[in-house]
Amino acid sequence: MSTQSKEVEALVKKLYQHGFYTDVETDTVPPGLNEGIIRLISKKKNEPEWLLEWRLNAFRHWLTMTEPNWAHVHHPPIDYQGISYYSAPKSDKALPKSLDEVDPKLLETYEKLGIPLREQEMLAGVAVDAVFDSVSVATTFKEKLADAGVIFCPFSEAVQDHPELVKQYLGSVVPPNDNFFAALNSAVFTDGSFCYIPKGIRCPLELSTYFRINAANTGQFERTLIIADAGSYVSYLEGCTAPMRDENQLHAAVVELIALGRAEIKYSTVQNWYPGDEHGKGGIYNFVTKRGECRGNNSKISWTQIETGSAITWKYPGCVLTGDNSVGEFYSVAVTNNYQQADTGSKMIHIGKNTRSTIISKGIAAGRGQNAYRGLVKVLESADGARNYTQCDSLLMGDRCGAHTFPYMEVKNSSAQIEHEASTSKIGEDQLFYCTQRGISEEDAVNMIVNGFCKKVFKTLPMEFAVEAQKLLGVSLEGAIG
Amino acid sequence: MNAAAGPVERYLAEFARVKTTLAGAANPPLQQARKSALARFAKSGFPTRRDENWKYTDIRAIEKRTFKTAEPSHDGIARDRIDAVRFNALECHELVFINGHFSKALSRKPTLPKGVIVDTLASALEHRGGEHLEHLSQYANDGANSFAALNTAFMADGAYINLSANARVDHPIHLLFLSTEQDDALMNHPRNLVILGEQAELTVIESYIGLDGAKNFTNTVTEVALGRGAVIEHYKLQQEGFMSYHIGSLHIRQSRDSRVYSHSISLGGAIARNDIHTVLAEEGAEVILHGLYMASNRQHVDNHTRIDHMSPRTQSVELYKGVLDGHARGVFNGKVVVHEGAVKTDARQSNNNLLLSDTAEVDTKPELEIYADDVKCSHGATVGQLDKDALYYLRTRAIDEDAASSLLTYAFAGDVIHHIKFAPIRARLEQVVIRRLPNMDRIRDIL
Amino acid sequence: MLSIKNLHVKADNKTILRGINLEVKAGEVHAIMGPNASGKSTLAQVLAGRDSFEVTQGSVRYQGKDLISMAPEERAREGLFLAFQYPVEIPGVNNVYLLKAALNAIRKHRGQAELDAVEFLGVVKEKMSLLQINEDLLNRAVNEGFSGGEKKRNEIFQALVLEPKLAILDETDSGLDIDALKIVAEGVNSLRSDDRAILLVTHYQRLLNYVIPDYVHVLSDGQIVKSGDRDLSLELEKRGYDWVKQEVANA
Repeated sequence: MSTQSKEVEALVKKLYQHGFYTDVETDTVPPGLNEGIIRLISKKKNEPEWLLEWRLNAFRHWLTMTEPNWAHVHHPPIDYQGISYYSAPKSDKALPKSLDEVDPKLLETYEKLGIPLREQEMLAGVAVDAVFDSVSVATTFKEKLADAGVIFCPFSEAVQDHPELVKQYLGSVVPPNDNFFAALNSAVFTDGSFCYIPKGIRCPLELSTYFRINAANTGQFERTLIIADAGSYVSYLEGCTAPMRDENQLHAAVVELIALGRAEIKYSTVQNWYPGDEHGKGGIYNFVTKRGECRGNNSKISWTQIETGSAITWKYPGCVLTGDNSVGEFYSVAVTNNYQQADTGSKMIHIGKNTRSTIISKGIAAGRGQNAYRGLVKVLESADGARNYTQCDSLLMGDRCGAHTFPYMEVKNSSAQIEHEASTSKIGEDQLFYCTQRGISEEDAVNMIVNGFCKKVFKTLPMEFAVEAQKLLGVSLEGAIG
Repeated sequence: MNAAAGPVERYLAEFARVKTTLAGAANPPLQQARKSALARFAKSGFPTRRDENWKYTDIRAIEKRTFKTAEPSHDGIARDRIDAVRFNALECHELVFINGHFSKALSRKPTLPKGVIVDTLASALEHRGGEHLEHLSQYANDGANSFAALNTAFMADGAYINLSANARVDHPIHLLFLSTEQDDALMNHPRNLVILGEQAELTVIESYIGLDGAKNFTNTVTEVALGRGAVIEHYKLQQEGFMSYHIGSLHIRQSRDSRVYSHSISLGGAIARNDIHTVLAEEGAEVILHGLYMASNRQHVDNHTRIDHMSPRTQSVELYKGVLDGHARGVFNGKVVVHEGAVKTDARQSNNNLLLSDTAEVDTKPELEIYADDVKCSHGATVGQLDKDALYYLRTRAIDEDAASSLLTYAFAGDVIHHIKFAPIRARLEQVVIRRLPNMDRIRDIL
Repeated sequence: MLSIKNLHVKADNKTILRGINLEVKAGEVHAIMGPNASGKSTLAQVLAGRDSFEVTQGSVRYQGKDLISMAPEERAREGLFLAFQYPVEIPGVNNVYLLKAALNAIRKHRGQAELDAVEFLGVVKEKMSLLQINEDLLNRAVNEGFSGGEKKRNEIFQALVLEPKLAILDETDSGLDIDALKIVAEGVNSLRSDDRAILLVTHYQRLLNYVIPDYVHVLSDGQIVKSGDRDLSLELEKRGYDWVKQEVANA
């Protein structure tokens, strides 16, 4: 390895800052997966019969499926019987009605993570749902949202309070049998966020969910469902962290978005699950199914993801563009360092007429990281005038990492215009020298160049998250942001 | 052959029937190689769409049909039919094969320079010693490819070309594989082996042409080994009949500073699949792959290329273009792998497709797998229509819309053809391409 | 300010500089001229700290310090500036942010307070007009999509903002039309001051019509083979480089 590579590699090494563990008493079910456990989860959540049946059907289907092996990732077999499928902090109340009832230890945890939940300290303009292992522990700004008619609550609460909406939309974008991990999630999901934006309403706050895995030997299987009714708008953000542990933990979430006519959903993720140590020990397996459907005409769904954490990331947030003139977007920065592996990208399915999609993917591989873009652009016969533009660029830092691009384009309509571009290069020595010749330290120069490389994606993030995202990449704002 | 038996069993039975007539029957190691290849085929069977390499190509139509090995017989082919598909204006050496069997009478073999062997594979298998055949099956990787395994089991004939160091053949060598209509549907498994010593230079053209209503199955394999600094220009012109099936692969190993320039033009066949796999094994090796595929009606054409950059400072440039009309389906899969240590690799790839009808379809998948830093790799793929501004411009110059579309389509395809060095080949292909275009009569005048 | 003694430099196992000797004092303008491949650009790059070159012999002292052991950014902070012959493009990195980061890094090193955005823009605005740099250029990514002339003007503009002690201009005149050349020359002339030295590396003497050097050196085959004043550059213009080579051969 050249000295150049070594230096660059040293620069991108940084410590995981959210690796602490909160010692709270928990209600954790024994490891193992069977119908009994599913019935138990459903009972704990006081679910209606139809939902239990839905879970059991998903489970029965899951039993017939095998783990997918096409992704460019490697890991030892996962023992699905060794995982506990439910773990929640013990609390007197099943669902705390106000923040005063929330265990102070939990509030403290979120404060440490930079997500204050207490009234006086709450992030202005952002409503937060805090999910701790298998349950939601707090949701802020509920009243303000209710005034606007916006429903933003833990998924389990939505099942109780808005069963008709849940029943109508759950599984309508990601069916329970969609894939191995989606089926598993459908069987055992515990909590997550639910949002409904009524017709014509522009959601007055940014909505956000902060996912925290805390307990050992558990998995997190959350389910998020966002429905934007006709003519509405919502911007939603999610963040995720976990303690540092030598064992791998499984996170298999499902996110479904539905945009009706003229509605717009902007969904941003800053994923910072524990990535494992520098020898590849520990870390989260992040196997996630995220899909939105632009069900109505002129609707729009936009995904932005900053993926810096997890030992393995397997996710392809996509858009089913059913409505005419609907728009799907995907912006991604994925970083793999040390032994991290990412196989991520997007799926854009064009069904409606004049549907448009854009995919911008920036992969950064350092250390022994393996970073793969995998994408599908599919244009069906019906999608007259469909357009897609895809750009995926990879940056290599060090000579033991890998960057891979697997785009699939399937086009069945002659009026479609599909364009894909990809490039791979190493961080330029000329660029580094130019910056250092101007007096900028090598570290700042690397940050500056990496930040420039990711700029197109950062630009799509809400401001607060853009700042966090840049910090996550070790980007110093001084000099890079005016 | 028993048509009721499963596809694999049919091929096993056919092998049992013809094995004593295959070249080199008296050569036990060769017989053993055939048998073990057949066993590999029997074990894996035909690929299915679950196999990532065949995701978009369904070959059950080939699998379910019964094909018979052709007898060596050249009856009924008029000389003028053959003359029509030769490159008469091109000074070249020409080996003609009818349904897989060499026809000496139809071939042209002028005197060759020193250090150059041009033989048939059958003759090489029968008469030539070990060192000539040590390259056989070294590159085709028939362990992973059941069609290549099938070829190794059944290979009957083809070309054996060997150039010693610094040898050079001034004129191209044309290998003409003709497929004719017979009572039975025929299969043939041509096999070519090309070995170039250090600094040797060669142009070789493989033509696969279907005559009459041929509904045969051609399964061809070509292996090429290049010594240091060797240069090969390779053409594959695939014009099988529209009821025929063509599966063909080209496997190349490149030594230091060697250079490959490949042109693959695929126009015929009900199902046509072309694989090119080149291994840039040593420093400084370079490859250019150009391809054109045109399909209409219910044709299915699939091009797979794979370039392995194994060593530093290797270079690849790839350009494939597709024109799909009617209910045709085009598939492109181009994989570039940059292995660990292959620094200063420069790899560029692009694939552009034109869909001319609402029922045509294209599936394209350019792939990059990179395990080294300090590389420059890029790929691009497009699916689209003709440039509207260009169409408009032509129309303002009094060319009507249909003619203008055809003209631009021709220009799109012409991009690949214009790189062809030999005028007679270029001219023939231009004519063939024009014939395939809608409104060809109109634009013929313009061109 | 700059003292080069017996400098030998290798790249890719090929010796490019074979014993350069050069003394540059504050306030002086030196022109280094020479035919292609004589080692001019190598000298400029080595002084700026490019690591693809290896110093095999000799020494370079800059303001009394050993220049060779310093990292490129240290040299820059100590006031050494290189205007690149081929300025690299850095996608996504804004030109003005790079400059602000650079200026503040240098100011910090000098113990001066860092400038905030408003103060910084004040500094920048003044220099922009001199080089006819428009705002649009400032806000584009570093050198991305710049024309050849824009790149060169931007380099001199950066020099003006960063106020170096030693400015090395590598072929800053190449590829410029006469109007652009005049603008660049004016920029360079405005850099001239008693406490600053300028090293002009150039193949042609065109720029020297506008920026009058105090000394002219001819570099050939990795050595300074002839030194003189401005007249030498005029003579080179008239007679080419061959006669110098001939002279060396005869000597």
